Amino acid sequence: MEDFLQMVASGVVIGGIYALIAMGFVVIYKATGVINFATGELMMLGAFFCFTGMTAAKFPFAAALLAAAMGAAALGALVERVVLRPLMGKATISVIMVTIGLSSIFKGAAQLVWSGDYRAFPPIFPRAPVRLGSVVLPSLQFYPFLIALASCALIALLFRFTRTGTAMRATADDPLAAFSMGIDIRRVFSLSWSLAAVTAALSGVVIGTMGGISPQLGAIGLKVFPVVILGGLDSIGGALLGGFLMGILENLAGGYLDPLVGGGIKEVAPFLVLVAILMVRPYGLFGTREIERL
Amino acid sequence: MRIGDYKETYAADEAIFRTPAVRVWMGALGATMLVFPFVAGDYLLYLANLIGVMIIGALGLNILTGFTGQISLGHAVFVGVGSYAAAIGATRLGLPFYLCIPLGGAAACVAGTVIGVPSLRVKGLYLAIATLSAQVILEWVFSNWDSVTGGIRGINVPPATLSGVSLNTDFRVYFLIYAVTAAFTYFARNLFRTRVGRAFIAIRDRDISAELMGINLFRYKILSFMVSSFYAGVAGAVWVYFAKVVTPEYFPLSLSIQFLAIVIVGGLGSIQGTILGAIFMTLVPELLKAGTEAVKPFFPDAMSYLFPLRDILFGALIVGFLIFEPHGLAEMWQRVKRYFALWPFRS
Repeated sequence: MEDFLQMVASGVVIGGIYALIAMGFVVIYKATGVINFATGELMMLGAFFCFTGMTAAKFPFAAALLAAAMGAAALGALVERVVLRPLMGKATISVIMVTIGLSSIFKGAAQLVWSGDYRAFPPIFPRAPVRLGSVVLPSLQFYPFLIALASCALIALLFRFTRTGTAMRATADDPLAAFSMGIDIRRVFSLSWSLAAVTAALSGVVIGTMGGISPQLGAIGLKVFPVVILGGLDSIGGALLGGFLMGILENLAGGYLDPLVGGGIKEVAPFLVLVAILMVRPYGLFGTREIERL
Repeated sequence: MRIGDYKETYAADEAIFRTPAVRVWMGALGATMLVFPFVAGDYLLYLANLIGVMIIGALGLNILTGFTGQISLGHAVFVGVGSYAAAIGATRLGLPFYLCIPLGGAAACVAGTVIGVPSLRVKGLYLAIATLSAQVILEWVFSNWDSVTGGIRGINVPPATLSGVSLNTDFRVYFLIYAVTAAFTYFARNLFRTRVGRAFIAIRDRDISAELMGINLFRYKILSFMVSSFYAGVAGAVWVYFAKVVTPEYFPLSLSIQFLAIVIVGGLGSIQGTILGAIFMTLVPELLKAGTEAVKPFFPDAMSYLFPLRDILFGALIVGFLIFEPHGLAEMWQRVKRYFALWPFRS
């Protein structure tokens, strides 16, 4: 039981980060219909922005985080304007491949600028482990988790209650109707990419503070797919819940199944679940069911 | 549109190589390919063999993605299944290579069907994600099913032998690879002149219209998936005889992406484009490497920039082609041909 609780607790922690990554992903999908394969690399760049702010520019953590978020927002808008807009309305394969191409560029650029080495984040949080009942969480898991949770809440609130958030939801619902009501769709597209990039940057920083950063950090971005398919591609709430469920599931699978199959099941289990979901309920828990009309 | 292009017989209308000029050029190409290994050095031969394997694999992906419109992010693992099947056939069963290569294709075909049946119930983005899971899951199977795949150590494969001659050098394997490549290119070229191939194209262009015209969507999608995986498996099997060893890390997601890049840069839905794409995408990194080596005397640490630069160039090529040249090298080649068709009587 003790083990079980511990595994669930670690799962919740990593799940909070998945949830945050997935939110950035869903924001883009909802607004522009693009599956962003560069999510992981946007995370990695955001983490490096923050890292550079703290080490080279000697900013305090909060200021570096803010600077990283601003940098990511600018990058997101730039990417949308330069790369995604010319491909608006093109075939799925083109849009998928262009984000894959972007991820390759980002990875190369990060290696060029920061080298391929692995770096540890400067210490930010108090060191003492946090005790919640019988479960002990290392401080390097607990505090980043709090940041992830706060970021999730912030973004959900932005989406729900601000004027811009409403415009984004309207555009997601029906671009044409939104356009005729005077919403500047192009601005919304560009804002969604900025918002998604900021989300990605935040999650990158959270992961970076937990386990250090390197240009390979982006590989974790693949984990976003099981999460968003479980939650539903176009549901923010689904991304949140899916993130936590996947985090827990992955930890439990790692704990209980790894000894049976010889390792690595933690990486694969989410994808097995993904296939199962695609077979029974492809639109996920809370996603909109796609109906084709002629 | 060419002027004076009259077809007087059905045979002329159905010919694959339609004009005398094309036939001459194809003959010249064939002759060059035959002479090439006798004059080329080891390095060029190695590259040529690699390109040959990539052509087979990429043709398979283009049949699925370019002609049938179904996205696959897991092509590499089907290549892997073919490689493992051929390697096991060659080592444990002691089969000759001319049985191992079809065996690799068949194994990949079975794997493709098993994965295709659930995946093809969904389409577009969802299919991309389903095939991505296939990639992750099979990659894991390769490295964890020790009793069959040899785990991370992999399987060593003896060279192919043909009537006593061991195909143990790049020079000898060249002929094996290009015989297979030529046969599969010919098959692919013909496939789209048949009922099945036309059905694939109809599904790509508008799946619902295709269904209304009586094309059984699911059946033809599965068929396309099977053909595509068969190609991938054959590519993998041929590759085994070229590399002599098969381990799990040969089939990462980045290889799947490499195949997609070949298909996109070459031209979706073009056999010729696939070949051009495979050549282009294999040679560009090599040229970059040569370039970096050339500037090494002036920038001593140039080599440390090679890998990042390669990533950037790879991404930039994909993005650039998608935005500026969405029909790929095949379309550029057609433009060049059109320009010279009436040269010099046109500006």
